[in-house]
This record gives sequence, structure tokens and C-alpha cells, in this order.
Amino acid sequence: MEIKPAGKYIYSDIELDREEGQVIEDLKANSQEPIPDPDRWLDEKLEQNILLTTVDALINWGRRSSLWTAICFPACCAFEMIAANGPRFDLARFGMEILRASPRQADLMITAGTLTWKMAPNVRRIYNQMAEPKWVIAMGACAISGGIFASAEYAVVPGYNRIIPVDVYVPGCPPRPEALIYGIQMLQQKIARRKNIDVRKLLER
Amino acid sequence: MTIPLSGKDVASKIEEKFPGSVVESSQDNLVVKGNFLLDAARFLRDTEGLDLDFLNFVTAVDYYDHFEVVYWLSSLEHNHSLTIKARCYDRENPVLPSVVGLWQGADLQEREIFDLFGIKFEDHPNMKRIFLWEGFAGHPLRKDFI
Amino acid sequence: MAVRTEPFVLNMGPVHPSTHGVFRMRATLDGEVVIDIEPVFGYLHRGIEKLAEQRTYTGITPLTDRLDYISSMSNNLAYCLAVEKLAGIKVPERAEYIRVIMAELQRIAALLIAVGAFLNDCGAYFTPFLYMFRERERIVDLFEMVSGQRLTYNYMRAGGVSQDLPEEFMPALRKFMDMMPRFMDEYDRLLMQNEILIARAKGVGILTGEQAINCSVSGPVLRASGVNWDIRKADPYSIYDRFDFDIPTQATGDCYDRYRQRVEEMRQSLRIIRQAMEQLPSGPVRAELPQLIRPPTGEAYARIEAPKGELGFYLVSDNSIAPYRCHIRPPSLINLTALRDMVRGWKVADLIIIFGSIDITVGEIDR
Repeated sequence: MEIKPAGKYIYSDIELDREEGQVIEDLKANSQEPIPDPDRWLDEKLEQNILLTTVDALINWGRRSSLWTAICFPACCAFEMIAANGPRFDLARFGMEILRASPRQADLMITAGTLTWKMAPNVRRIYNQMAEPKWVIAMGACAISGGIFASAEYAVVPGYNRIIPVDVYVPGCPPRPEALIYGIQMLQQKIARRKNIDVRKLLER
Repeated sequence: MTIPLSGKDVASKIEEKFPGSVVESSQDNLVVKGNFLLDAARFLRDTEGLDLDFLNFVTAVDYYDHFEVVYWLSSLEHNHSLTIKARCYDRENPVLPSVVGLWQGADLQEREIFDLFGIKFEDHPNMKRIFLWEGFAGHPLRKDFI
Repeated sequence: MAVRTEPFVLNMGPVHPSTHGVFRMRATLDGEVVIDIEPVFGYLHRGIEKLAEQRTYTGITPLTDRLDYISSMSNNLAYCLAVEKLAGIKVPERAEYIRVIMAELQRIAALLIAVGAFLNDCGAYFTPFLYMFRERERIVDLFEMVSGQRLTYNYMRAGGVSQDLPEEFMPALRKFMDMMPRFMDEYDRLLMQNEILIARAKGVGILTGEQAINCSVSGPVLRASGVNWDIRKADPYSIYDRFDFDIPTQATGDCYDRYRQRVEEMRQSLRIIRQAMEQLPSGPVRAELPQLIRPPTGEAYARIEAPKGELGFYLVSDNSIAPYRCHIRPPSLINLTALRDMVRGWKVADLIIIFGSIDITVGEIDR
């Protein structure tokens, strides 16, 4: 097979290669010393053993900064809950943009809506399936007391606290997303004060 | 505009076909006997010129001494509507024929009436409670339910 | 050798991310194919019809807000129309126009959620939903101006609306009307020719026109099956006969058509709002009425074209201050009658899409 004679190639300007070479040379000249670790002070302090906190504070800080919500949205308040998750109110700021469909992966249940007796066993079950530690925010008037539907006694549970323990109550019908966010902050304060380790028991051992 | 058909005119047509089936009729609606309900409904749906092929809703009203089941029918073709009613006087065990065979849209609504009023619809394929759980005592929308 | 198989029952819900609330289905499957499903209702039955019998006519409006809670204005409108029909109340001209503007804005807001949730079910997890919520927030802002609430507005009253439009409403509405068509174009660019959406939704869950009529299906689902039936045109309520708008319909009645139908209807709603804004007269917004309405003995059924379909209120009066019976015709519940026929023979994954394309709100189903 005959090989066709080479056409006219276009070669790039040698200047471009020189510029690129210069970049490499500059970087090499400037990188003779290792860059110091900006968090080096941590090591120093650790060496001096003066980074002090309680285990409780550390655990509570971790827990309250990433509350993941279980999906339990029976009624109207769900839309304010989703709006709080949405672009304007942006719950992601609190490390809780994730709505977990599986209760096993969630720590927080926001009960957004009326609870009926038919639904009550399911809510109890979701709560039981959530891993410890877990918290509950009762969102809206229906979740607190049955709200305007409380007089339909034959079907409506007057408040979630008949079924599951509630930590924070957020009133409103429905509460605005700001109110919900305030409720979440209240819950975070509550978590911050939680005692996880019983010192007395440890000493007894 | 949807034209409401005169209950009197339609009643005379039904009476002609099924004598003794209409209890009473007025400008707005007509009341048929429970045992003629299915025949009358089929007549209303299939008769040329009436063609009431769309069942807007079915519901019931409790008047203490009787239940009244209301069927609101309309025709998409002719754009007219008609209200027909049937009554049950038995409070313990009220029964009416089911119209699911004619309008499938009645399926869930008849179950709802059974749940909330306790009116049983014969020949309904799945006559059981819809909103409340099995074992719930009473029927909430009855006037004597507290 | 043929493998012996047997059907098994899969329970979905009541707490499941794709069931739009607390809806539950028992699906009987053969492998992955759905043989039959049985919807189970009642997880949000709050006895609204029973409560309505114990309240005055004015006191029922807040209950109607919580029926289909993403289209509260439409529910208010349907209920007020029923009371007005029963009691023979005349509504001032300006109030009629305000009502139309609110109802159509509400339709856009509700359809945005319907489309967003449908795309969510198709697998575009949360991204389209966030887009739709961005625009919905603007509509919610407008409603907040007139009623002070973000979700349950309680704005309309028998005989008009609760208060006149505030000063800043019309400029804000004009701004929204300028922006919205651009957003709609953006959705079309994003989604209309989207390969995945077409692959998952086209030809899936077909509902024929005859079937739809027999199942009493209404609203966008009915029109997507090719039936030209819109109560705004067929039985004009309020002042809808004064506006010029089209009723879009689709041909096949599959999930993609139902999605397209909703997008088209949003455009028509924008047209109506624009006309209503131009014609808006001045004057009172509420008829002079006694505190307690006492309609004459009788019955009335008033219906509107809500975002989900035909929403009607059937009121029976015994000449007292509370209705003797208040029945609500819920479009969500009745549209679900057709679900069984639509999903038979499709896979489980399609079941989610078909269900999502019907667009339900559980508050309205269970009441």
C-alpha cells in the first residue's frame, strides 16, 4: 500500500512552548519547601493536651448539626414543611436538607398534619423503627391538639402526644416555615443540653 | 350552560316505560322506587336524547325517618343534567341496588355511603368500609351518631 | 420447563414518598407486573362533612381550605358559589373579577406542584420540584398579600371576598405575569423533549375517553384523554363566559399527555388572568349580608373546574344557620376510580408514574 506523501503540517509557535516551560520552571523554583499545614496549631495544642471539651458537648454538637427528617407528612402542613426545604427557606443551612424515606436513617420526625386513629398505628410504628436517639416536632395545631378537627372525635387523634412523645410544639395552622425553623432551633438547644453519659455510673464501675 | 332537565318530563317518560316506578317528581328532581332504580338508571343512560352518561356524584342524606340517595347525572354530549333520588325507609338494614355496572364512577362513592351512612348497595363488587376501619361502631354521618 | 409462579401482594404506603401523602395501595404482582391493585383510603379522614353540619355557613369556609390544601382558593370559590346559589346572593362585579384572578393563580400554583411531583415520581428527584416551588412561592406571596396566610387562605366569603386588594397587589401581579411565561418556556426547554421523560411516560397508562367518562373522571385527566369538557366553558360559573380562552386537549391519554395537558392549562390560565386584570372594575367587594346566613329550605349543587377536576358542593338547607347536609364532590377520589384499569399489566415502576400523573391530594380524598 502506497503511503501518501505528508501534507503541509501546521506547527505551533515555539513561544507557546516556552511560556508553558516557564510556568513549570517557576512552580518548581517556588515549591522547594513544603507548604505548612494551616491546621497545625491543632496538633500543637493536642500535644499540649489543652483541647478540652466534654464528650457530651461533642456528641450533642454532632447530633444537632445533622438532623435528618423521616417522611411522615399526612396533611396540609407538609407543604409548609416542603417549602421550608425548598429554595427560599433552605433548610440545608441546618444540615437537614435530606428527607429520609426510611425511618431507620432518620433522627427527627416532623409530624406535619392531622393524625387519625386509622393512621396512628403506622405513626407509632415509624417512631419505633427510628434509631435512637430520636426527636419529634409536633408541627401545627392538628398535631398539637387536633386543631379545628378536634371535634370530629370519632376519627381524629387529639394530638400526637397520645401516640408518641413530643419534644417541641410549633403552633400555627399551618405554621410558617420561619416558625418551623425556629422550632428546629429550639430543638437544637434542647439537644445541646442533653446528658449522654452518666458520670456517676462510670465512677461506680 | 348546562340545562337542568325537568324532573316532570323525564318522570313521565320513565313512568311510560316502567309503570309505578316514580314516587314523585318536581321541576328539579324525581324520586324513583328502590327496586326500579337500576331499570330507570339504565333507561336514562341509554335512551336517545337523554344520554346521561356521566355520573357527577352520588351521595346520601339522612332525614331521620328515611335515607335519600341522590344521583346527579349529566350528559357531556347534550350538556344537560338531571337529579334522581331513591329512598330507603329501613333504618336497620337499608338496601339499594348498586349502579356500578352502569357507571363505574359510582364504585368508591357507594362504598363511602356504605361507610358513613350504612346503606348497603346490592351487587357492588367490593362492599366494605372505605374511610373507617373494620370494627368501627356506627356510621358517622347519620344524624343520630354522636 | 415452565417455572411455576404465584402472585404476591405488595403493600405500598400509607407512608411512602411517592404516594403524595398518606395514600395506600395493595398491589398484587406477578413477578414485576401489576395484576391488580386495591387502593386503601381513610388515613386522613377528618370528618369534614360531619363537622360542617355543626357549623354556620360562614364557619365552614376554613374547613374547605383544608380539603385540597394546595388549592384552597378553588375550594373557597366552590363552596361560596354553592351558598350563594342556595341563598340567592348576588356578588358585586369587582369581587367576581378578584375571584377569577385568585382561582386562576391558584390553578397555576396547584398545577406547578402536580407537574413537579409527577416529575419527581419519574425519577428526577427533587430538582424539578424545586424549580416549581420557586415559582409557587411567588404566587403564595401574592396570596399572602390579600389574605395574610401562606397555605389556607380563607379569603372568599359568601357574597364576595373578605377584603379588597391591597395597593401593592396589582404591581406585584403584573411583575409575576411578566415573569411567568419565561419560566414556562424554561420548563419546556428542560422537559418537553427530555429523553427519559418520554421513555418513561409516553404510551404508559393509557386511559381512553369512553373509559374516563364511565369512571366519572374529570379535569386534566379527562381532557388528556381527548374529551373536550371543561366546566368553565360547558357550564360557566362566576364570570368565566366573559373571557376568551381555549380548552386544550390531548389525543392518547397516556402519562405524557396528562403532563402536557397541565402545562398547556397553565398557559390558558395566564391568558385569563391577563384579561381579568385589564377589565377589573372598581366598586365594593362584598355584598351586604347579615352575620348569619339563613337560606330557604332546599338544595343546591354548585361546581367549579378545580385544578384537579370537577369540585362541587351539594348543600341541603333546612332554613337554619347551619347546613343540614354538606356533601363535597372530591375530584381526587373519583379520578382514582380509573386507576385500577390504568395500571393493570404495567410494571411496578410504571404504577408510581401512572399514580403520580392522576395528581391527587389525600385531604380531599378522605375529607
